Amino acid sequence: MFAAENGLKGDPRLQAISEAIRVVPHFPKQGIMFQDITTLLLDHKAFKDTVDIFVDRYRDMGISVVAGVEARGFMFGPSIALAIGAKFVPLRKPRKLPGEVISEAYVLEYGTDCLEMHVGAVQPGERALVIDDLVATGGTLSAAIRLLERVGAEVVECACVIGLPEVKGQRRLNGKPLYILVEPRKIDNGY
Amino acid sequence: MSTYRDEDPRIHGIKTKIRVVPNFPKQGIMFQDITTLLLDPKAFKDTIDLFVERYKGKNISVVAGIEARGFIFGPPIALAIGAKFVPLRKPRKLPGEVISEEYILEYGRDCLEMHVGAVEPGERALVVDDLIATGGTLCAAMNLLERVGAEVIECACVIELPELKGRGRLNGKPLYVLVEYQ
Repeated sequence: MFAAENGLKGDPRLQAISEAIRVVPHFPKQGIMFQDITTLLLDHKAFKDTVDIFVDRYRDMGISVVAGVEARGFMFGPSIALAIGAKFVPLRKPRKLPGEVISEAYVLEYGTDCLEMHVGAVQPGERALVIDDLVATGGTLSAAIRLLERVGAEVVECACVIGLPEVKGQRRLNGKPLYILVEPRKIDNGY
Repeated sequence: MSTYRDEDPRIHGIKTKIRVVPNFPKQGIMFQDITTLLLDPKAFKDTIDLFVERYKGKNISVVAGIEARGFIFGPPIALAIGAKFVPLRKPRKLPGEVISEEYILEYGRDCLEMHVGAVEPGERALVVDDLIATGGTLCAAMNLLERVGAEVIECACVIELPELKGRGRLNGKPLYVLVEYQ
């Protein structure tokens, strides 16, 4: 569900956030209009507003875990976790986490990849938020949800800054609510 | 583990939360795992607060974080001190035009990249990573910033491995760390 349809309609912060995101055509390959959030991170007010919108939504939901998907989920998740008093759990590509891990495979356009979480990071019954910069097919977020559920946590919501058209109209992913701030801008010249 | 500074009472809580994982990624390395620090909201907050207290009001406009664990500590610091956050990434991750800086590894080389235009000449910058070992990566990071005309004020890490002498490899730039691992 998009923020504008859920209490933030007309919020000027959303427009500024959308406009701070740069679109890079044909990256990583032809035909893909890449949504580059690094330009959002250069705009202190827009970056702060992004975090504040998520914090305002989640601060009273009893969330004890914010799980961020490597690597761009790391840019948003920790600030949210700190503000709501939750722990931050990085979900990483294989062989990055040094301790004992559980792994969850997911399907890519060509082939598969894997997401890992440290054993013992999350306890049964904890309420968790999953965060990433963008949701496209939902494959990565679904793997994240499965990791958390396998250790007995309850995924309260998945939160992303950007949602691609594939998810427009979907309020849920794997049965979990999806909360998105903006959709990709239509652009002519790349910014 | 000894501390670097005269003890701010928060330092002890931070150092006890860092997990040491023996023989990762290979035999003989005692890996400093900060993920356990992130599981303790108070200790994680204290970590960020210590950096923010040091850098707030110093006119730092850029916090550059080194992929990937620098992305965990850098943004909260940047947000708190009013600076922008610039990710320094492994090759081919950043989508726009980049500048690259190569650096030496124990076996071979690697490369760090930064978006062109992210940092302007004259900006005052902080470089953040979770840990400094030999200093090779931090050095590459500083070079990227200086190549675009920024002034690196300091490098900030949670952990230092003093035996590897990284502190002396920072082209004379100061290093601030919270804990040392001996």
